Amino acid sequence: MSVPENRTNGTPKIGVYICHCGINIANKVNIKETVDFAAKLPYVTVAKEYKFMCSDPGQELIQQDIRAGLIDRVVVASCSPLMHEATFRNATGEGGANPFMFQMANIREHVSWVTFDKDAATVKAKALIAAAVHRVSLHRPLEQTRVPVHPDVLVVGGGIAGIHASLTLANAGKKVYLVEREPTIGGHMAKFDKTFPTLDCSACILTPKMSAVRAHPNITLWTYSEVVGVEGFVGNFKVKVRRKPRYVDEDLCVGCLECIEACIFKKGKFPDEFNQGLSQRKPIYIPFPQATPLVAVIDPETCAHFKTGKCKKPCADACQPGAVKFDQTEEIKEVAVGSVILATGFKAFDAARVGRYGYGKYPNIYTSLEIERLVNAAGPTGGELKMADGRKPKSVGIVHCVGSRDNNTNAYCSRVCCMYSLKLAHLIKERTEAEVYNFYIDMRTPGKGYEEFYERLLKENVHFIRGRVAEINDWAMIDEEKGHLIIRVEDTLIGRVRRVPVDMVVLSVGLEAQPDADAVRRLFNISCSHEGWFLERHPKLAPVSTFTEGIFLAGACQGPKDIPDCVAQAGAAAAEALALIDKGSVELEPNTAFVNEEVCAGCHTCLNVCPYGAISYIKEINKARVNGALCKGCGTCVAACPSGALQQNLFTDEQIMNEIKGVMNHV
Amino acid sequence: MSDTAHKTDGFQPRIVAFFCNWCTYTAADLAGTARMTYAPNVRVVRVMCSGRLDPQFIMEAFRNGADGVLIGGCHPGDCHYQAGNYKALRRYILLKRVMKEMGIEEGRFRLEWIAASEGDKVQRVINEMTETIRKLGPLHLEPVNIPATAHVQVGTDKAAVAARGGVS
Ligand SMILES: Cc1cc2nc3c(=O)[nH]c(=O)nc-3n(C[C@H](O)[C@H](O)[C@H](O)COP(=O)(O)OP(=O)(O)OC[C@H]3O[C@@H](n4cnc5c(N)ncnc54)[C@H](O)[C@@H]3O)c2cc1C
Ligand code: FES
Repeated sequence: MSVPENRTNGTPKIGVYICHCGINIANKVNIKETVDFAAKLPYVTVAKEYKFMCSDPGQELIQQDIRAGLIDRVVVASCSPLMHEATFRNATGEGGANPFMFQMANIREHVSWVTFDKDAATVKAKALIAAAVHRVSLHRPLEQTRVPVHPDVLVVGGGIAGIHASLTLANAGKKVYLVEREPTIGGHMAKFDKTFPTLDCSACILTPKMSAVRAHPNITLWTYSEVVGVEGFVGNFKVKVRRKPRYVDEDLCVGCLECIEACIFKKGKFPDEFNQGLSQRKPIYIPFPQATPLVAVIDPETCAHFKTGKCKKPCADACQPGAVKFDQTEEIKEVAVGSVILATGFKAFDAARVGRYGYGKYPNIYTSLEIERLVNAAGPTGGELKMADGRKPKSVGIVHCVGSRDNNTNAYCSRVCCMYSLKLAHLIKERTEAEVYNFYIDMRTPGKGYEEFYERLLKENVHFIRGRVAEINDWAMIDEEKGHLIIRVEDTLIGRVRRVPVDMVVLSVGLEAQPDADAVRRLFNISCSHEGWFLERHPKLAPVSTFTEGIFLAGACQGPKDIPDCVAQAGAAAAEALALIDKGSVELEPNTAFVNEEVCAGCHTCLNVCPYGAISYIKEINKARVNGALCKGCGTCVAACPSGALQQNLFTDEQIMNEIKGVMNHV
Repeated sequence: MSDTAHKTDGFQPRIVAFFCNWCTYTAADLAGTARMTYAPNVRVVRVMCSGRLDPQFIMEAFRNGADGVLIGGCHPGDCHYQAGNYKALRRYILLKRVMKEMGIEEGRFRLEWIAASEGDKVQRVINEMTETIRKLGPLHLEPVNIPATAHVQVGTDKAAVAARGGVS
């Protein structure tokens, strides 16, 4: 192995520590053989094994050997560096060496957990250890730079999760920018009448929180707005927010509804989004009485002034404070924040995608979200559940798992549908006294008080039929079926196909990722799971963090969940942001690029490949120079440099080349 | 689990993989967490971004006896550093031409976009590639075929300079 002595402050002394990880590694990799192998690698002065290297005694092993002068650099062969690199760098530093005189060999995620054959696993583990030993022999001490964390936080999405996170932070004295796409905050929860399992009134528990957001001196609420640009890194993000014109001045509007009264459309004419299109609104409207902010909005797509230019604009005349402003234009706000909480929620599954359930074809088939509005006292029917012909339904079928647990649509369970179906069963029974049938595959009611709620429904004489519904249509086969919707299902408890005639059907649609989740995640440089949900850093141990430092998740944007879980997660995300703010500064990974000026020929190649404009050309000396504060450490310029003058700390050409030699040559 | 993951007899190809930290390395970790067994023939070298990949790393791997080289990066548009993967793609295409001239078969050099959530794709790609190379047999390279990897080749080996992204 070629290690020029002058580069490494004398001959390296490497300690190799191989972790059993209980039996996670030791079951597959022959630890003894691996230790013997490591001991014979060049410059290795100590090779040890331990049950749990990440434990205090494990880390102590490393520190003792450094203190005793036995080693000056460290290799730990254990789990992924994404898991414990920080831990062991710390231990190396605590022992008295520079924390970057450390390299990790991933023999758990990349070896023991993915390899069938024990001998093959041992061979592979050895190769990775050899690679790490070769690499670390060329490591150099590095210093981390500290940058301050901006104490303000951006929260994206004003559903219950975003609301709760914003209030938690604001109450802790932090400044929050809450950006919501719709004209009002509230999200899905604002549409519900009651919430399971306690059946408390949704508006009663939500609207005080919405008002608190509006009134809080620490919260800047931007509704009808979207984030359009994000730059920077943890602690130092620069965010651009587009505020769409609502043509009503937020500061002047008092929410008196006079403008809506005065509109030339005497009645609502356009589908009301908030009511799932079950009622009509005017071009100027307020989504619902508790909308926050309580400010009218003009929809230019339907407003006669914008369509024809011929409207006399009675709305503007009717507005005493003079808030209606047809000349309003979009505004771009730029803010600096240290962290971001994404709480963009979910989209309900489009029931029309399951054609055999007849949604959109038969008037009396509704989605659960529509029923939420129809049973809502503040909804389009004042809470009365009626059929298309105005009659009260005598029988209602609730079909579970529409767009969930179905390989043709979504394979996952949406988690909330069983419970909200029970809730709707109760509400429908209460409002109409109809016979209610629940068609379920499995009843899933884990949660505090949830199973008890199911028990209660069983006693309320709601019918439960176990089986996935095959088809819904109105093709009567016998007289009793005439004029009804017929739900065809295999009742798996009695092992028979049944036809259940009902007046009305509720399709319990599942939860899906927002259609623009992919665009949003790109904006914030995070990942999505297969299904489109934002990906958490670790499913168990870092459920609200992402792989991008400083960006946190809350609520249903991370996966289907109910309100209690959304709120818990929002609190957790706020706590993570607070921890970051209170820490005050972050240490940056010292993997920036640098120019060896002796070798640089001033060819400009690097200048064109850097995405951050971090490299400048110094004319006087005909050399390139890297601005360490702007460099993010991708190494693209290093690979592009034709003369090898550019190098990347922690990833120098030599270090990578040596790693390649190690991985190939010793096994 | 495929046979590839279990095969212990016969020729065991050695494949060096370069995975970017943010997508593909994370995906490989996910494959581990989900205990997806795959062929033990790939050894991963982690880089921050696929844009860091200097063609000489790939040459070095082959020179040290690798039977195949796999590059893994984020999907187009997903690179943590905006466009490093496009640079990698450009170098890959040029390098492939050089490889061909050197007599290295197509299946021995592969680039895949693998997102952080695609642990199953790591498993599939590694199994496929191992199987392909098993069929091709060990790579025998005449030492003279491999261009020297020293930096002094500027201007002398146009293909190599181009492959580094120096010519656009
Ligand atoms: C029919 C039905 C009934 C339910 N009943 C209950 C119940 O009784 N009890 C219960 O606990 N749970 C219930 N749930 C689940 C509950 O709806 C969710 O747990 C909860 O609403 C999720 O809150 P959230 O804040 O994460 O997302 P959402 O409520 O979806 O809010 C997300 C917000 O973010 C905004 N947004 C989205 N993208 C952007 C963007 N790019 N920029 C800015 N803003 C954006 C949206 O406009 C929205 O306001 C029910 C679900 C359904 C479908
Ligand atoms: S970070 Fe994955 S390719 Fe650039």
